[in-house]
Amino acid sequence: MTALLDLQSVSVSIGKVALLDGISLSVARGQILGLVGESGSGKSLTAMAAMGLLPLFGGRVTQGSVRFDGQDMAAMTEAERRKLRGRRIGFVTQNPMTALDPVQRIGEQVDVVSRLHLGLDRKAARERTLDLLTQLRIPEAAAVAEAWPHQLSGGMKQRIVIAMALAGEPDLIIADEPTTALDVTVQAQIIQILGNLVREKGVALMLITHDMGVVAQVCDRVAVLYAGRLAEEGAVAPIFAAPAHPYTSALIGCIPQEAMAKGALRGIPGAVPSALAFPAGCRFHPRCDRASDLCRKTVPTTGPRGDGRVACHHPGALA
Amino acid sequence: MIAPLRALTRPQGGIAGLWLILVIVAALFAAVLTPYAYDIQNLPNAYQPASAQHWLGTDEFGRDLLTRLMYGARTSLSVSATAISISVLCGMVLGAAAAWFGGWLDRIVTMTVDLTWSFPEILIALILVAIIGPGTTGVMIAIAVAYLAQFTRLTRAQIMTLKGETFIEAARSLGAGDAHILFRHLLPNALAPVLVSAMLATGDAIILEATLGFFGLGAQPPVPSWGGMMSAGSALVFKAPWVIIFPGLAVAITVVAINLYGDALIAELDIRARLRRDA
Repeated sequence: MTALLDLQSVSVSIGKVALLDGISLSVARGQILGLVGESGSGKSLTAMAAMGLLPLFGGRVTQGSVRFDGQDMAAMTEAERRKLRGRRIGFVTQNPMTALDPVQRIGEQVDVVSRLHLGLDRKAARERTLDLLTQLRIPEAAAVAEAWPHQLSGGMKQRIVIAMALAGEPDLIIADEPTTALDVTVQAQIIQILGNLVREKGVALMLITHDMGVVAQVCDRVAVLYAGRLAEEGAVAPIFAAPAHPYTSALIGCIPQEAMAKGALRGIPGAVPSALAFPAGCRFHPRCDRASDLCRKTVPTTGPRGDGRVACHHPGALA
Repeated sequence: MIAPLRALTRPQGGIAGLWLILVIVAALFAAVLTPYAYDIQNLPNAYQPASAQHWLGTDEFGRDLLTRLMYGARTSLSVSATAISISVLCGMVLGAAAAWFGGWLDRIVTMTVDLTWSFPEILIALILVAIIGPGTTGVMIAIAVAYLAQFTRLTRAQIMTLKGETFIEAARSLGAGDAHILFRHLLPNALAPVLVSAMLATGDAIILEATLGFFGLGAQPPVPSWGGMMSAGSALVFKAPWVIIFPGLAVAITVVAINLYGDALIAELDIRARLRRDA
Protein backbone atom coordinates (compact mmCIF):
# COMPACT_ATOMS: atom_id res chain seq x y z
CA MET A 1 0.00 0.00 0.00
CA THR A 2 1.36 3.43 -0.86
CA ALA A 3 1.08 5.99 1.85
CA LEU A 4 -1.30 8.93 1.36
CA LEU A 5 0.21 10.92 4.18
CA ASP A 6 3.85 10.32 4.91
CA LEU A 7 5.85 12.02 7.65
CA GLN A 8 9.59 11.36 7.47
CA SER A 9 11.52 12.14 10.67
CA VAL A 10 9.65 15.41 11.21
CA SER A 11 10.88 17.77 13.90
CA VAL A 12 8.84 20.77 14.92
CA SER A 13 9.73 23.82 16.98
CA ILE A 14 7.68 26.69 18.27
CA GLY A 15 10.02 29.58 18.83
CA LYS A 16 13.17 28.03 20.29
CA VAL A 17 11.38 25.14 21.97
CA ALA A 18 11.75 21.82 20.14
CA LEU A 19 8.46 19.96 20.53
CA LEU A 20 8.55 17.09 18.05
CA ASP A 21 11.73 15.14 17.43
CA GLY A 22 12.04 12.93 14.37
CA ILE A 23 8.47 11.66 14.04
CA SER A 24 7.95 9.23 11.15
CA LEU A 25 4.56 7.81 10.34
CA SER A 26 2.30 7.17 7.41
CA VAL A 27 -1.35 6.50 6.63
CA ALA A 28 -2.66 4.76 3.51
CA ARG A 29 -6.12 4.84 1.94
CA GLY A 30 -8.59 2.57 3.67
CA GLN A 31 -6.42 2.51 6.75
CA ILE A 32 -6.98 3.82 10.26
CA LEU A 33 -3.94 4.98 12.14
CA GLY A 34 -4.35 5.60 15.83
CA LEU A 35 -2.08 8.31 17.20
CA VAL A 36 -1.85 7.81 20.93
CA GLY A 37 -0.17 9.52 23.82
CA GLU A 38 -0.88 11.53 26.93
CA SER A 39 -1.73 15.22 26.80
CA GLY A 40 1.33 17.17 25.77
CA SER A 41 2.98 14.32 23.90
CA GLY A 42 2.64 16.11 20.56
CA LYS A 43 -0.38 14.43 18.98
CA SER A 44 -2.23 17.59 17.95
CA LEU A 45 1.01 19.20 16.84
CA THR A 46 1.64 16.24 14.53
CA ALA A 47 -1.81 16.81 13.03
CA MET A 48 -1.10 20.52 12.55
CA ALA A 49 2.20 19.66 10.86
CA ALA A 50 0.38 17.26 8.56
CA MET A 51 -1.97 20.05 7.45
CA GLY A 52 0.70 22.72 7.21
CA LEU A 53 -1.07 24.79 9.87
CA LEU A 54 1.95 25.19 12.14
CA PRO A 55 2.66 28.83 11.21
CA LEU A 56 -0.66 29.72 12.88
CA PHE A 57 0.90 28.89 16.23
CA GLY A 58 4.27 30.31 15.29
CA GLY A 59 5.62 26.80 14.75
CA ARG A 60 7.70 25.40 11.90
CA VAL A 61 9.05 22.11 10.64
CA THR A 62 12.77 22.25 11.34
CA GLN A 63 13.66 18.86 9.89
CA GLY A 64 12.23 16.06 7.82
CA SER A 65 9.42 16.18 5.30
CA VAL A 66 5.64 15.98 5.25
CA ARG A 67 4.36 14.44 2.03
CA PHE A 68 0.74 14.29 1.06
CA ASP A 69 -0.03 12.07 -1.93
CA GLY A 70 3.62 12.28 -2.94
CA GLN A 71 3.83 16.09 -2.81
CA ASP A 72 6.08 17.84 -0.35
CA MET A 73 3.93 20.18 1.76
CA ALA A 74 6.89 22.44 2.51
CA ALA A 75 7.43 23.05 -1.21
CA MET A 76 3.84 24.21 -1.73
CA THR A 77 2.65 27.78 -1.47
CA GLU A 78 0.18 28.66 1.27
CA ALA A 79 -2.55 28.99 -1.38
CA GLU A 80 -1.88 25.44 -2.57
CA ARG A 81 -1.94 24.12 0.96
CA ARG A 82 -5.20 25.94 1.59
CA LYS A 83 -6.71 24.12 -1.39
CA LEU A 84 -5.70 20.81 0.16
CA ARG A 85 -7.32 21.62 3.49
CA GLY A 86 -10.97 20.76 3.46
CA ARG A 87 -10.78 19.44 -0.11
CA ARG A 88 -8.33 16.56 0.31
CA ILE A 89 -7.65 16.63 4.03
CA GLY A 90 -10.68 16.86 6.32
CA PHE A 91 -10.14 17.89 9.91
CA VAL A 92 -12.37 17.05 12.87
CA THR A 93 -11.55 19.36 15.75
CA GLN A 94 -11.06 18.49 19.36
CA ASN A 95 -13.97 20.22 21.02
CA PRO A 96 -17.33 19.96 19.25
CA MET A 97 -18.95 22.36 21.72
CA THR A 98 -17.00 25.33 20.36
CA ALA A 99 -16.14 24.08 16.87
CA LEU A 100 -19.23 25.63 15.26
CA ASP A 101 -19.79 29.33 14.66
CA PRO A 102 -22.55 30.36 17.09
CA VAL A 103 -24.09 32.96 14.75
CA GLN A 104 -24.49 30.80 11.65
CA ARG A 105 -27.10 28.16 11.04
CA ILE A 106 -25.82 24.58 10.92
CA GLY A 107 -26.69 24.11 7.26
CA GLU A 108 -24.80 27.18 6.07
CA GLN A 109 -21.68 26.09 7.90
CA VAL A 110 -21.67 22.72 6.18
CA ASP A 111 -22.78 24.14 2.81
CA VAL A 112 -19.89 26.55 2.60
CA VAL A 113 -17.32 23.73 2.55
CA SER A 114 -18.74 22.02 -0.53
CA ARG A 115 -19.43 25.36 -2.17
CA LEU A 116 -15.82 26.38 -1.68
CA HIS A 117 -14.16 23.10 -2.54
CA LEU A 118 -16.51 21.36 -4.96
CA GLY A 119 -17.83 24.55 -6.57
CA LEU A 120 -21.45 23.57 -5.95
CA ASP A 121 -24.20 26.19 -6.08
CA ARG A 122 -26.39 26.93 -3.06
CA LYS A 123 -29.02 24.36 -3.90
CA ALA A 124 -26.66 21.52 -4.73
CA ALA A 125 -24.57 22.27 -1.65
CA ARG A 126 -27.64 22.09 0.58
CA GLU A 127 -28.68 18.79 -0.97
CA ARG A 128 -25.23 17.43 -0.34
CA THR A 129 -25.35 18.70 3.25
CA LEU A 130 -28.68 17.01 3.93
CA ASP A 131 -27.34 13.85 2.32
CA LEU A 132 -24.27 13.91 4.58
CA LEU A 133 -26.31 14.55 7.70
CA THR A 134 -28.55 11.61 6.86
CA GLN A 135 -25.50 9.41 6.30
CA LEU A 136 -24.25 10.40 9.74
CA ARG A 137 -27.60 9.24 11.10
CA ILE A 138 -28.87 12.64 12.12
CA PRO A 139 -32.65 12.47 12.42
CA GLU A 140 -34.66 15.19 10.64
CA ALA A 141 -31.66 16.49 8.75
CA ALA A 142 -33.65 19.34 7.17
CA ALA A 143 -34.69 20.70 10.58
CA VAL A 144 -31.17 20.35 11.97
CA ALA A 145 -29.74 22.26 9.00
CA GLU A 146 -31.98 25.20 9.95
CA ALA A 147 -31.02 25.02 13.63
CA TRP A 148 -28.43 27.09 15.49
CA PRO A 149 -25.43 25.39 17.10
CA HIS A 150 -26.58 26.04 20.67
CA GLN A 151 -29.76 24.08 20.03
CA LEU A 152 -27.85 20.82 19.44
CA SER A 153 -26.37 18.31 21.85
CA GLY A 154 -22.65 17.55 21.98
CA GLY A 155 -22.93 14.30 20.06
CA MET A 156 -25.01 16.00 17.40
CA LYS A 157 -22.51 18.85 17.10
CA GLN A 158 -19.65 16.39 16.72
CA ARG A 159 -21.51 14.74 13.85
CA ILE A 160 -21.95 18.16 12.23
CA VAL A 161 -18.23 18.77 12.60
CA ILE A 162 -17.60 15.40 10.95
CA ALA A 163 -20.05 16.34 8.19
CA MET A 164 -18.07 19.55 7.61
CA ALA A 165 -14.86 17.52 7.38
CA LEU A 166 -16.52 15.16 4.88
CA ALA A 167 -18.20 17.84 2.77
CA GLY A 168 -15.16 18.41 0.54
CA GLU A 169 -14.89 14.66 -0.20
CA PRO A 170 -11.44 14.39 1.38
CA ASP A 171 -9.04 11.49 0.90
CA LEU A 172 -7.66 11.83 4.39
CA ILE A 173 -9.49 12.66 7.58
CA ILE A 174 -7.61 13.77 10.64
CA ALA A 175 -9.75 13.49 13.75
CA ASP A 176 -8.26 15.16 16.82
CA GLU A 177 -9.75 13.47 19.88
CA PRO A 178 -13.22 13.49 18.33
CA THR A 179 -14.84 11.82 21.30
CA THR A 180 -13.05 13.33 24.28
CA ALA A 181 -15.81 15.80 25.18
CA LEU A 182 -18.66 13.35 24.71
CA ASP A 183 -20.65 10.83 26.74
CA VAL A 184 -19.39 7.24 26.59
CA THR A 185 -22.52 6.09 24.76
CA VAL A 186 -22.12 8.77 22.10
CA GLN A 187 -18.37 8.11 21.88
CA ALA A 188 -19.00 4.57 20.67
CA GLN A 189 -21.40 5.86 17.97
CA ILE A 190 -19.00 8.49 16.69
CA ILE A 191 -16.10 6.03 16.55
CA GLN A 192 -18.31 3.58 14.70
CA ILE A 193 -19.38 6.26 12.21
CA LEU A 194 -15.75 7.18 11.52
CA GLY A 195 -14.76 3.53 11.16
CA ASN A 196 -17.56 2.86 8.68
CA LEU A 197 -16.52 5.85 6.57
CA VAL A 198 -13.07 4.40 6.10
CA ARG A 199 -14.46 1.00 5.12
CA GLU A 200 -17.15 2.36 2.79
CA LYS A 201 -15.37 5.26 1.11
CA GLY A 202 -11.82 4.02 1.31
CA VAL A 203 -10.53 7.23 2.89
CA ALA A 204 -7.54 7.30 5.17
CA LEU A 205 -8.14 8.20 8.81
CA MET A 206 -5.69 9.48 11.37
CA LEU A 207 -7.43 9.12 14.70
CA ILE A 208 -5.82 11.07 17.51
CA THR A 209 -6.84 9.81 20.90
CA HIS A 210 -5.52 8.99 24.32
CA ASP A 211 -7.86 6.06 24.70
CA MET A 212 -6.12 2.75 23.96
CA GLY A 213 -9.52 1.05 24.17
CA VAL A 214 -10.69 3.01 21.10
CA VAL A 215 -7.48 2.12 19.26
CA ALA A 216 -7.95 -1.60 19.96
CA GLN A 217 -11.52 -1.36 18.65
CA VAL A 218 -11.13 0.41 15.32
CA CYS A 219 -7.54 1.07 14.30
CA ASP A 220 -5.37 -0.92 11.88
CA ARG A 221 -2.11 0.57 13.00
CA VAL A 222 -1.09 2.53 16.03
CA ALA A 223 1.66 5.07 16.65
CA VAL A 224 2.50 5.83 20.26
CA LEU A 225 4.00 9.24 20.96
CA TYR A 226 5.79 10.19 24.12
CA ALA A 227 7.19 13.64 24.86
CA GLY A 228 7.54 14.55 21.18
CA ARG A 229 9.16 11.30 20.10
CA LEU A 230 7.76 8.16 18.55
CA ALA A 231 7.88 5.35 21.11
CA GLU A 232 6.41 2.54 19.09
CA GLU A 233 4.57 2.06 15.82
CA GLY A 234 3.03 -1.01 14.21
CA ALA A 235 -0.07 -3.07 13.47
CA VAL A 236 -2.59 -3.03 16.30
CA ALA A 237 -2.91 -6.77 17.00
CA PRO A 238 0.76 -7.63 17.64
CA ILE A 239 1.29 -4.49 19.69
CA PHE A 240 -1.65 -5.21 21.95
CA ALA A 241 -0.57 -8.87 22.24
CA ALA A 242 2.98 -7.95 23.18
CA PRO A 243 3.84 -4.27 23.50
CA ALA A 244 7.56 -3.70 23.09
CA HIS A 245 7.82 -0.25 24.64
CA PRO A 246 7.15 -0.01 28.37
CA TYR A 247 5.08 3.14 27.73
CA THR A 248 2.82 1.27 25.32
CA SER A 249 2.30 -1.51 27.81
CA ALA A 250 1.59 1.06 30.52
CA LEU A 251 -1.04 2.71 28.27
CA ILE A 252 -2.62 -0.67 27.56
CA GLY A 253 -2.61 -1.30 31.31
CA CYS A 254 -4.86 1.75 31.66
CA ILE A 255 -7.77 0.13 29.77
CA PRO A 256 -10.34 -1.06 32.30
CA GLN A 257 -11.27 -4.72 31.89
CA GLU A 258 -14.12 -6.76 33.21
CA ALA A 259 -12.02 -9.53 34.73
CA MET A 260 -9.80 -7.09 36.62
CA ALA A 261 -9.53 -7.42 40.37
CA LYS A 262 -10.61 -4.31 42.31
CA GLY A 263 -7.79 -1.80 42.36
CA ALA A 264 -5.91 -3.52 39.54
CA LEU A 265 -6.53 -0.67 37.08
CA ARG A 266 -3.15 1.02 36.79
CA GLY A 267 -2.23 4.55 36.00
CA ILE A 268 1.19 5.69 34.91
CA PRO A 269 3.06 7.37 37.77
CA GLY A 270 4.50 10.80 37.10
CA ALA A 271 3.64 13.16 34.28
CA VAL A 272 4.78 13.97 30.75
CA PRO A 273 7.87 16.17 31.11
CA SER A 274 7.67 19.78 29.96
CA ALA A 275 9.14 20.51 26.56
CA LEU A 276 11.38 23.06 28.26
CA ALA A 277 13.07 20.36 30.34
CA PHE A 278 13.06 17.01 28.58
CA PRO A 279 15.20 14.47 30.47
CA ALA A 280 18.43 13.31 28.81
CA GLY A 281 18.61 9.89 27.20
CA CYS A 282 15.26 8.15 26.78
CA ARG A 283 12.58 10.69 27.69
CA PHE A 284 10.47 8.05 29.38
CA HIS A 285 13.17 6.84 31.78
CA PRO A 286 12.03 8.74 34.91
CA ARG A 287 8.68 6.92 34.75
CA CYS A 288 9.97 3.58 33.47
CA ASP A 289 10.51 0.46 35.58
CA ARG A 290 12.98 -1.01 33.07
CA ALA A 291 15.20 2.08 33.11
CA SER A 292 18.94 1.43 33.26
CA ASP A 293 22.01 3.69 33.14
CA LEU A 294 21.99 3.31 29.37
CA CYS A 295 18.46 4.77 29.23
CA ARG A 296 19.48 7.73 31.35
CA LYS A 297 22.38 8.65 29.04
CA THR A 298 21.70 7.51 25.51
CA VAL A 299 18.75 8.29 23.28
CA PRO A 300 17.38 4.96 22.01
CA THR A 301 17.43 4.57 18.23
CA THR A 302 14.29 3.49 16.43
CA GLY A 303 14.66 -0.10 15.30
CA PRO A 304 12.38 -2.49 13.42
CA ARG A 305 10.21 -4.90 15.33
CA GLY A 306 7.80 -7.20 13.54
CA ASP A 307 6.28 -5.01 10.84
CA GLY A 308 6.60 -1.95 13.02
CA ARG A 309 9.26 0.06 14.84
CA VAL A 310 10.18 0.70 18.44
CA ALA A 311 12.54 3.09 20.17
CA CYS A 312 13.62 1.39 23.40
CA HIS A 313 16.84 0.00 24.87
CA HIS A 314 14.99 -2.83 26.57
CA PRO A 315 12.04 -3.76 24.34
CA GLY A 316 9.67 -6.52 25.40
CA ALA A 317 9.80 -9.83 23.49
CA LEU A 318 7.52 -10.53 20.52
CA ALA A 319 4.52 -12.70 21.28
CA MET B 1 -39.30 38.09 13.26
CA ILE B 2 -36.09 40.05 13.51
CA ALA B 3 -34.80 41.37 16.81
CA PRO B 4 -35.51 45.11 16.32
CA LEU B 5 -39.19 44.31 15.70
CA ARG B 6 -39.39 41.82 18.57
CA ALA B 7 -37.97 44.47 20.89
CA LEU B 8 -41.14 46.47 20.20
CA THR B 9 -43.25 43.71 21.75
CA ARG B 10 -41.66 44.30 25.14
CA PRO B 11 -43.58 46.88 27.22
CA GLN B 12 -40.70 49.36 27.64
CA GLY B 13 -39.35 48.69 24.20
CA GLY B 14 -42.80 49.26 22.75
CA ILE B 15 -43.43 52.65 24.37
CA ALA B 16 -39.90 53.81 23.65
CA GLY B 17 -40.10 52.51 20.10
CA LEU B 18 -43.40 54.31 19.49
CA TRP B 19 -41.88 57.61 20.60
CA LEU B 20 -38.88 57.08 18.34
CA ILE B 21 -41.13 56.22 15.38
CA LEU B 22 -43.20 59.34 16.14
CA VAL B 23 -40.11 61.54 16.17
CA ILE B 24 -38.76 59.98 12.97
CA VAL B 25 -42.11 60.38 11.18
CA ALA B 26 -42.34 63.99 12.38
CA ALA B 27 -38.82 64.66 11.13
CA LEU B 28 -39.40 63.03 7.74
CA PHE B 29 -42.82 64.51 7.00
CA ALA B 30 -42.45 67.88 8.77
CA ALA B 31 -43.24 69.72 5.53
CA VAL B 32 -46.61 67.97 5.19
CA LEU B 33 -47.55 67.81 8.85
CA THR B 34 -47.38 71.50 9.61
CA PRO B 35 -48.82 74.53 7.77
CA TYR B 36 -46.01 76.81 8.98
CA ALA B 37 -42.50 77.33 7.67
CA TYR B 38 -39.62 77.00 10.12
CA ASP B 39 -37.81 80.13 8.98
CA ILE B 40 -40.44 82.82 8.15
CA GLN B 41 -40.43 85.44 10.90
CA ASN B 42 -43.71 86.89 12.13
CA LEU B 43 -42.65 89.42 14.74
CA PRO B 44 -46.13 90.58 15.92
CA ASN B 45 -46.81 86.95 16.76
CA ALA B 46 -43.75 86.53 19.06
CA TYR B 47 -43.87 84.99 22.56
CA GLN B 48 -47.32 83.40 22.12
CA PRO B 49 -48.03 80.68 24.69
CA ALA B 50 -49.57 77.38 23.60
CA SER B 51 -52.85 77.84 21.72
CA ALA B 52 -55.01 76.10 19.12
CA GLN B 53 -53.05 77.80 16.30
CA HIS B 54 -49.61 77.23 17.82
CA TRP B 55 -49.78 73.99 19.88
CA LEU B 56 -46.49 74.66 21.62
CA GLY B 57 -46.51 78.45 21.31
CA THR B 58 -44.13 80.65 19.30
CA ASP B 59 -40.55 81.84 19.78
CA GLU B 60 -38.96 85.29 19.88
CA PHE B 61 -39.43 85.74 16.11
CA GLY B 62 -43.04 84.53 16.16
CA ARG B 63 -42.21 81.18 14.52
CA ASP B 64 -44.28 78.12 15.42
CA LEU B 65 -42.34 76.13 18.02
CA LEU B 66 -43.77 72.72 17.10
CA THR B 67 -42.79 73.27 13.46
CA ARG B 68 -39.28 74.17 14.50
CA LEU B 69 -39.14 71.15 16.83
CA MET B 70 -40.08 68.86 13.94
CA TYR B 71 -37.48 70.36 11.62
CA GLY B 72 -35.04 70.33 14.55
CA ALA B 73 -35.59 66.59 14.92
CA ARG B 74 -34.38 66.29 11.33
CA THR B 75 -31.08 67.94 12.22
CA SER B 76 -30.60 66.20 15.56
CA LEU B 77 -31.47 62.70 14.40
CA SER B 78 -29.71 62.79 11.06
CA VAL B 79 -26.54 64.34 12.44
CA SER B 80 -26.29 61.90 15.40
CA ALA B 81 -27.27 58.83 13.41
CA THR B 82 -24.89 59.61 10.56
CA ALA B 83 -22.09 60.45 12.95
CA ILE B 84 -22.54 57.20 14.88
CA SER B 85 -22.76 55.18 11.64
CA ILE B 86 -19.48 56.65 10.46
CA SER B 87 -18.01 56.03 13.88
CA VAL B 88 -19.16 52.38 13.98
CA LEU B 89 -17.93 51.71 10.47
CA CYS B 90 -14.50 53.22 11.02
CA GLY B 91 -14.28 51.79 14.54
CA MET B 92 -15.00 48.27 13.32
CA VAL B 93 -12.49 48.50 10.50
CA LEU B 94 -9.80 49.90 12.82
CA GLY B 95 -10.56 47.49 15.68
CA ALA B 96 -10.72 44.46 13.40
CA ALA B 97 -7.51 45.42 11.62
CA ALA B 98 -5.73 45.97 14.93
CA ALA B 99 -6.87 42.65 16.36
CA TRP B 100 -6.31 40.71 13.13
CA PHE B 101 -2.89 41.98 12.10
CA GLY B 102 -1.56 42.69 15.61
CA GLY B 103 2.02 43.91 15.89
CA TRP B 104 2.86 47.56 15.38
CA LEU B 105 -0.53 48.36 13.81
CA ASP B 106 -2.27 47.10 16.94
CA ARG B 107 0.05 49.09 19.18
CA ILE B 108 -0.46 52.33 17.25
CA VAL B 109 -4.25 51.97 17.07
CA THR B 110 -4.55 51.00 20.74
CA MET B 111 -2.31 53.82 21.84
CA THR B 112 -4.11 56.47 19.81
CA VAL B 113 -7.49 55.22 20.92
CA ASP B 114 -6.48 55.14 24.58
CA LEU B 115 -5.15 58.65 24.22
CA THR B 116 -8.42 60.02 22.81
CA TRP B 117 -10.30 58.16 25.52
CA SER B 118 -8.53 60.05 28.24
CA PHE B 119 -10.41 63.23 27.19
CA PRO B 120 -14.14 63.68 27.67
CA GLU B 121 -16.06 63.32 24.40
CA ILE B 122 -17.38 66.90 24.60
CA LEU B 123 -13.83 68.23 24.77
CA ILE B 124 -12.70 66.28 21.71
CA ALA B 125 -15.82 67.36 19.85
CA LEU B 126 -15.30 71.03 20.81
CA ILE B 127 -11.68 70.98 19.68
CA LEU B 128 -12.61 69.39 16.37
CA VAL B 129 -15.48 71.79 15.68
CA ALA B 130 -13.15 74.65 16.49
CA ILE B 131 -10.74 73.32 13.86
CA ILE B 132 -13.28 72.36 11.19
CA GLY B 133 -15.63 75.28 11.81
CA PRO B 134 -19.25 75.29 12.97
CA GLY B 135 -22.06 73.70 10.95
CA THR B 136 -23.67 70.29 10.58
CA THR B 137 -20.75 68.67 8.74
CA GLY B 138 -18.28 69.76 11.38
CA VAL B 139 -20.51 68.51 14.18
CA MET B 140 -21.00 65.20 12.40
CA ILE B 141 -17.28 64.62 12.04
CA ALA B 142 -16.63 65.76 15.59
CA ILE B 143 -19.18 63.34 17.05
CA ALA B 144 -17.92 60.49 14.86
CA VAL B 145 -14.36 60.97 16.07
CA ALA B 146 -15.43 61.44 19.69
CA TYR B 147 -17.08 57.99 19.74
CA LEU B 148 -14.51 56.25 17.52
CA ALA B 149 -12.47 55.01 20.47
CA GLN B 150 -15.41 53.17 22.01
CA PHE B 151 -16.21 51.12 18.90
CA THR B 152 -12.59 50.47 18.04
CA ARG B 153 -11.88 49.08 21.49
CA LEU B 154 -15.06 47.03 21.59
CA THR B 155 -14.47 45.46 18.16
CA ARG B 156 -10.83 44.80 18.91
CA ALA B 157 -11.66 43.08 22.22
CA GLN B 158 -14.37 40.97 20.59
CA ILE B 159 -12.14 39.84 17.76
CA MET B 160 -9.23 39.08 20.06
CA THR B 161 -11.43 36.70 22.06
CA LEU B 162 -13.01 35.14 18.99
CA LYS B 163 -9.67 34.56 17.26
CA GLY B 164 -8.81 31.81 19.71
CA GLU B 165 -12.11 29.98 19.36
CA THR B 166 -12.12 26.43 18.03
CA PHE B 167 -14.48 27.30 15.20
CA ILE B 168 -11.90 29.64 13.75
CA GLU B 169 -9.32 26.84 13.87
CA ALA B 170 -11.91 24.53 12.34
CA ALA B 171 -12.67 26.97 9.53
CA ARG B 172 -8.99 27.35 8.80
CA SER B 173 -8.35 23.62 8.80
CA LEU B 174 -11.15 23.24 6.25
CA GLY B 175 -9.45 25.63 3.88
CA ALA B 176 -11.01 29.00 4.73
CA GLY B 177 -8.88 32.03 3.87
CA ASP B 178 -8.27 35.20 5.87
CA ALA B 179 -11.05 37.18 4.23
CA HIS B 180 -13.61 34.42 4.75
CA ILE B 181 -12.71 34.06 8.42
CA LEU B 182 -12.73 37.81 9.02
CA PHE B 183 -15.96 38.65 7.19
CA ARG B 184 -17.97 35.46 7.67
CA HIS B 185 -16.96 34.44 11.18
CA LEU B 186 -15.23 37.16 13.18
CA LEU B 187 -17.19 40.29 12.24
CA PRO B 188 -20.69 38.71 12.41
CA ASN B 189 -19.86 37.37 15.86
CA ALA B 190 -18.60 40.76 16.97
CA LEU B 191 -21.52 42.65 15.43
CA ALA B 192 -24.30 42.26 18.02
CA PRO B 193 -22.50 43.92 20.96
CA VAL B 194 -21.20 46.69 18.69
CA LEU B 195 -24.68 47.42 17.33
CA VAL B 196 -26.21 47.58 20.79
CA SER B 197 -23.43 49.85 21.95
CA ALA B 198 -23.99 51.99 18.82
CA MET B 199 -27.69 52.24 19.64
CA LEU B 200 -26.92 53.49 23.15
CA ALA B 201 -24.22 55.84 21.84
CA THR B 202 -26.76 57.42 19.49
CA GLY B 203 -28.58 58.67 22.60
CA ASP B 204 -25.38 60.23 23.89
CA ALA B 205 -24.67 61.64 20.45
CA ILE B 206 -28.03 63.45 20.45
CA ILE B 207 -27.07 65.10 23.73
CA LEU B 208 -23.63 65.95 22.36
CA GLU B 209 -25.20 67.40 19.20
CA ALA B 210 -27.61 69.47 21.33
CA THR B 211 -24.73 70.66 23.49
CA LEU B 212 -22.71 71.77 20.48
CA GLY B 213 -25.88 73.38 19.11
CA PHE B 214 -26.40 75.16 22.43
CA PHE B 215 -22.91 76.63 22.08
CA GLY B 216 -23.91 77.84 18.63
CA LEU B 217 -21.54 75.40 16.88
CA GLY B 218 -24.17 73.21 15.23
CA ALA B 219 -26.67 73.96 12.49
CA GLN B 220 -26.57 77.69 11.78
CA PRO B 221 -29.75 79.83 11.97
CA PRO B 222 -32.33 79.87 10.62
CA VAL B 223 -32.05 76.04 10.34
CA PRO B 224 -33.39 74.78 13.67
CA SER B 225 -31.68 72.24 15.90
CA TRP B 226 -32.82 71.26 19.36
CA GLY B 227 -29.64 72.57 20.96
CA GLY B 228 -29.83 75.84 19.06
CA MET B 229 -33.47 76.33 20.06
CA MET B 230 -32.62 75.80 23.71
CA SER B 231 -29.81 78.28 23.36
CA ALA B 232 -32.23 80.93 22.07
CA GLY B 233 -34.72 80.00 24.81
CA SER B 234 -32.17 80.36 27.60
CA ALA B 235 -32.42 84.14 27.33
CA LEU B 236 -36.21 83.92 27.64
CA VAL B 237 -36.55 81.50 30.57
CA PHE B 238 -38.76 83.90 32.52
CA LYS B 239 -40.46 85.64 29.62
CA ALA B 240 -41.36 82.60 27.50
CA PRO B 241 -40.23 79.43 29.30
CA TRP B 242 -41.79 77.14 26.66
CA VAL B 243 -39.12 78.13 24.14
CA ILE B 244 -36.46 76.28 26.16
CA ILE B 245 -38.67 73.68 27.87
CA PHE B 246 -40.07 71.91 24.79
CA PRO B 247 -36.79 71.33 22.93
CA GLY B 248 -35.29 70.24 26.26
CA LEU B 249 -38.10 67.76 26.76
CA ALA B 250 -37.70 66.51 23.20
CA VAL B 251 -34.00 65.81 23.80
CA ALA B 252 -34.63 64.17 27.19
CA ILE B 253 -37.50 61.96 26.12
CA THR B 254 -35.77 60.90 22.91
CA VAL B 255 -32.58 59.94 24.73
CA VAL B 256 -34.48 58.00 27.40
CA ALA B 257 -36.48 56.28 24.66
CA ILE B 258 -33.32 55.26 22.81
CA ASN B 259 -31.88 53.81 25.99
CA LEU B 260 -35.05 51.88 26.88
CA TYR B 261 -35.36 50.57 23.33
CA GLY B 262 -31.66 49.65 23.42
CA ASP B 263 -32.24 47.63 26.59
CA ALA B 264 -35.12 45.78 24.97
CA LEU B 265 -32.95 45.13 21.93
CA ILE B 266 -30.14 43.71 24.07
CA ALA B 267 -32.58 41.31 25.67
CA GLU B 268 -33.90 40.26 22.28
CA LEU B 269 -30.46 39.78 20.74
CA ASP B 270 -29.45 37.41 23.51
CA ILE B 271 -30.69 34.26 21.83
CA ARG B 272 -30.31 32.05 24.86
CA ALA B 273 -32.23 34.43 27.12
CA ARG B 274 -35.01 34.55 24.54
CA LEU B 275 -35.28 30.79 24.38
CA ARG B 276 -35.63 30.66 28.15
CA ARG B 277 -38.43 33.21 27.99
CA ASP B 278 -40.23 31.42 25.18
CA ALA B 279 -39.91 28.02 26.84
